Amino acid sequence: MRTTSPCSRVLTLLYLSLLLLSSSAFQSDELLAEDEEFGLEGGHRSPDLDLTASTRSVPPPQPTRPIRRGSSDPDSDSKIQFPLEHAFGDSEFSPAGTFTARLKTWSHGGQTLTKLRFSREAFTEREKENFKMLLKGDDFYKIRVPSNVLSPPGRDYIISSVKARCLPQDRLDEHFVIHMEGVNILAVNYGSPGACPYPRQLKLPAKWSFNSYTVLKNSEQAPRTPAFAEEILGGENGEGEAVMPPERSFWAKYWMYLIPLGLVVMNAVTQAMNMPEEQAAGQPGAQPQQTAAAALPRGQSATVRRR
Amino acid sequence: MAFPGFLLLLFLSCSPPALSLYEDQVGLMDWHQQYIGKVKQAVFHTQKAGRKRVIVSTEENVIASLDLRRGEIFWRHVLGAYDAIDEIDIALGKYVITLSSEGSILRAWNLPDGQMVWESFLSGSRPSKSLLFIPTNLKVDKDNVIFVYGNGCLHAVSSIDGEVLWKELIAEGVEVQELVHPLGSDIIYAVGFDGSSQFVAYQINAKSGELLKHESATFPGGFAGKISSVSSNSFLVSDATHSVLVLISVKDGGISFQQTYISDLVPDFSGTAVVLPTKLTGIFALKITEFVTFVKVIDEGKLEVVDQVDNGAAVSDAVAFSEGQEAFAFIQHEENKIQLTVKHGLEWSSDLLKESIEMDCQRGLVHKVFINNYVRTDRTYGFRALIVMEDHSLLLVQQGVIVWSREDGLASVIDVTTSELPIEKQGVSVAKVEQNLFEWLKGHMLKLKGTLMLASPDEVAEIQRIRLQSSEKSKMTRDHNGFRKLLIVLTRAGKLFALHTGDGRVVWSLLLHTLRKTEQCNSPGGLKLYQWQVPHHHALDENPSVLVLGRCGHSLDANGVLSVVDTYTGKELSSVGASHSIVQVIPLPFTDSTEQRLHLLIDAEQHAHLIPRTREAVSIVQREFGNIYWYSVEADNGIIRGHVLKDDCDLEESDGYCFNTRGLWSIVFPSESEKIITTMRRKSNEVVHTQAKAMSEQDVMYKYVSKNLLFVANVAPKARGDIGLVTPEESWLVVYLIDTVSGRILHRMTHHGAQGPVHVVFSENWVVYHYFNLKAHRYEMSVIEIYDQSRADNKDVWKLVLGKHNLTSPISSYSRPEVITKSQTYFFTHTVKSIAVTSTAKGITSKQLLIGTIGDQVMALDKRFLDPRRTVNPTQAEKEEGIIPLTDSLPIMPQSYVTHTLKVEGLRGIVTSPAKLESTTLIFAYGVDLFFTRMAPSKTYDSLTEDFSYALLLLTIVVLLVAIVATWILSERKELQDKWG
Repeated sequence: MRTTSPCSRVLTLLYLSLLLLSSSAFQSDELLAEDEEFGLEGGHRSPDLDLTASTRSVPPPQPTRPIRRGSSDPDSDSKIQFPLEHAFGDSEFSPAGTFTARLKTWSHGGQTLTKLRFSREAFTEREKENFKMLLKGDDFYKIRVPSNVLSPPGRDYIISSVKARCLPQDRLDEHFVIHMEGVNILAVNYGSPGACPYPRQLKLPAKWSFNSYTVLKNSEQAPRTPAFAEEILGGENGEGEAVMPPERSFWAKYWMYLIPLGLVVMNAVTQAMNMPEEQAAGQPGAQPQQTAAAALPRGQSATVRRR
Repeated sequence: MAFPGFLLLLFLSCSPPALSLYEDQVGLMDWHQQYIGKVKQAVFHTQKAGRKRVIVSTEENVIASLDLRRGEIFWRHVLGAYDAIDEIDIALGKYVITLSSEGSILRAWNLPDGQMVWESFLSGSRPSKSLLFIPTNLKVDKDNVIFVYGNGCLHAVSSIDGEVLWKELIAEGVEVQELVHPLGSDIIYAVGFDGSSQFVAYQINAKSGELLKHESATFPGGFAGKISSVSSNSFLVSDATHSVLVLISVKDGGISFQQTYISDLVPDFSGTAVVLPTKLTGIFALKITEFVTFVKVIDEGKLEVVDQVDNGAAVSDAVAFSEGQEAFAFIQHEENKIQLTVKHGLEWSSDLLKESIEMDCQRGLVHKVFINNYVRTDRTYGFRALIVMEDHSLLLVQQGVIVWSREDGLASVIDVTTSELPIEKQGVSVAKVEQNLFEWLKGHMLKLKGTLMLASPDEVAEIQRIRLQSSEKSKMTRDHNGFRKLLIVLTRAGKLFALHTGDGRVVWSLLLHTLRKTEQCNSPGGLKLYQWQVPHHHALDENPSVLVLGRCGHSLDANGVLSVVDTYTGKELSSVGASHSIVQVIPLPFTDSTEQRLHLLIDAEQHAHLIPRTREAVSIVQREFGNIYWYSVEADNGIIRGHVLKDDCDLEESDGYCFNTRGLWSIVFPSESEKIITTMRRKSNEVVHTQAKAMSEQDVMYKYVSKNLLFVANVAPKARGDIGLVTPEESWLVVYLIDTVSGRILHRMTHHGAQGPVHVVFSENWVVYHYFNLKAHRYEMSVIEIYDQSRADNKDVWKLVLGKHNLTSPISSYSRPEVITKSQTYFFTHTVKSIAVTSTAKGITSKQLLIGTIGDQVMALDKRFLDPRRTVNPTQAEKEEGIIPLTDSLPIMPQSYVTHTLKVEGLRGIVTSPAKLESTTLIFAYGVDLFFTRMAPSKTYDSLTEDFSYALLLLTIVVLLVAIVATWILSERKELQDKWG
């Protein structure tokens, strides 16, 4: 896995777009190998963000042309593309961009898309006006993609909508999460890449171009039921762990016995201290006197205070 | 071996407080009612029997023996949902014979106690009609032979041991309609149709199964309906146009047809006529749209009308009494009365019996009547009738009065909701209190004796009786704890019942006229109940009411019907025979000034109709126009769509209450790999106490608590059938969590080798679902918990103090969700019929899952066992937090059965409702039986238990007070003494 800093990514991207601008017809295997850096293998969100800035000058997408890889690879690849269409409020859908991806055919027969790229067509003047109307009315901006990328539109189109006011930031920021199952698209989560706090403020973008982020997602495997067989077999190990918990200090374990014990001892000691005194007093009759004497200072102090 | 032992020990120590009851607490706060369902067929057993009884089979697949004197159930068996009872009869005078599963299973039950005696599986070649025929006077070596036609074969079965004596394959295409045994012969006639116009008669030797003769004849007009036998060799059927009656005679010389035009019999005949089966010799009944006409067959095949009675009449089968005499009964409706007439089969002119019976109009029309004869004290013949009403109730009528009645409509509950009772009124009469005071004192004396173990067995029984029948719990007013409520129950018959939670009695019942069969509405059926009006502070004078949704017909685009019913009085306040279909009802979270809840009805053309139809409601909706979202699931298509309101309808009857809608998003599941089998969302009225979940080590996580989450479970299309039809490799279960406003998939997960049926419960921020794991050959339960990460950095106290947190900012579904999910899977032993979760008033009390098991019991399982954070060796901090060490399967504790020893036969659903007391939740389980109880998932921490000794508390306080005073006096005295000393 190669890692590149975002800065260098942007640089490469710029270089790429320059390349595209200068020679639109240029196509080579080299490019495909290069774009692995931006390739989206699905899965985790954060590392898979693809940044594809596009302007109106992006050349029209090439017709689908399968490109065979070297014979060393048992799984065959072909390039595929499918359109993105958009609608403003209740208007008809019109083309808005193209997704390009590599169709990977696995040896077991399954087909998956990898390395999704997206080229967005910027708004025409008319579309800008339409979009402004949406912004004013806090209405929906809709997109759709086919549900099957091999035979579009498949059974039905996948539609997704967002309140138009969620998109404008500095530019128009959009974020696609495309949920795939083989060559079928299940759903597209479409919206702004960040938050879209309610109430939505009317805000026009400074620049009428798109920042598009796309992510491909496939289904996750459910966690398996914990298998306990081996742990039960390795019973000693488990037992060892089970014995571990009483790793506490003597005091922590037995404080509840120690405190009463301490009290009993203290009590016994005071008793023992009193005993000699009593014996020193000799007669049992002296005891009330003694207690009275003990009480006397208390009474005195009280009288003192009263004065 | 020591390790599991230790685990078990640890388990026991960690297990939640047992919920079990003491023996004498049974029935204290729970009740259980047994029902059987709408009776399909009844067979009386009264001759030479000490206990008079009637055997019934019902539409809920119940076979039951009822006490004819009181209507109680002697015994009862609920056959499975896929084992519908076709016919019942009695053989040998001691066995009840049932034929079920479309003529493939024959069983004999012992008549006195209902034990199964034998069971026979009758195989066949093709599905067909099923018939059961037990001739009473055909004996083969002291054995009553049972003739069964089913699956295209005729079987003769011994009634002693269920052995198949012989089997005769009936030719392909022939549908046998009747089996007839002429008196005193060894021959069985099987008559039926071959195709639509050929009549076929077989003569079969009853002892050997030898086919003696096979005759057939074609009738050019074609046949329709059923054959009814008029005598042992003549049959009656109507032709394909329902306008000609064909009398078929089978004689030695062959088959002959005789046609009679119905218009000749009934002069002003129009429409269609249906021949009602009566099994009566020489007479048959003909139902013509408005009347039932009785027609007599005179010699040489002539027909003659003998009588005509009003419509709505039900006709019984014939019953034989004394020697060779037959009687039958029919019922006519008058205004809130029914008239039962029993006629002699041969002598039409006189009535054997004519009785007029007062009938509650809430029971509707008479659907069926069965009669039985008995010998009166004066040696004449008397008749009793068992009547099945439109509301599925069962009545026994004798001597002009209703001897007993059973509300068997309650066996087919469709939906349940709860309603509060009225607030107690001021001013209770003094006399009542005084009388009560004496009772109260007596009761307390008894109780004191009981606690001091001085009570005699009689007194103990008395104490138990007082406890069970405490008038307190069945009062018709609200109580402090909120235990007393009304359960509003909608049944399949279209009747609404209000049951008191205290003792389960029916407070009121209402047969909804919107759900009755009419010209416009052919096959109406109730669907759902919604809370229409829940009175709150400023509308307390209003009574609460419920909205009943029904539909005319089974298809989604059939017209919907609505009624609003007051839950205090049981009166229908308003009803709408909707002019449009109702595919979906969306209760909106808004109410108008009279606390009526706003609902949107979505029709098949995707228009939204607002109810209540008031200006105020429209203005509320206009205000919230942009914030109303909903979704629809097309399970057959595998598509889920999101919708919003658009603008006013442009229909011709546009009145401001109708809106156009538009689609917002769609999710299309690939049809070749996924099929929707279950969707589930949170209960809209669920209360969540706290959004934060404190973890060990002073950590906190925020629950993703959204009302707009939808759980969807999909299986592989191949794996939709029963378990065992697919291999683990071609079966999988995919689960989704979907935000229904934006259509985002928040979580998606695949269980390989898993199969449905999937039972789900969704509460707060977690989902628990139950399915079958084909690889492990066991049922599994999985849990998914979803947490909000966007609020995760609100842990800093300083941020909270300085107000730099985002806890109070509104959540928007249009923001990109930052959620994490945690999930875990466990094995579970039981097959599950239904899952629910406890719900409490404020959502503070911990939750328990209520699992309806295959044994028709309800089991409680603490949610802590389904915590995805369980690990094999939890740390000390985690243990303190209450995390149970991970095990591979969920424990089943015998004490945790909520239904204790009872069974809720045919369990279909569990409904929970919070009581006012936070610790307590009310549970209602329904199926063929009803069961209600209340439980406290974390014990009743906020109230004292029933057996708390107030006397002891008082005594302790008094003793303490005395002690304080005494010591104070003593010390004062001492001090004084000291001072003087």
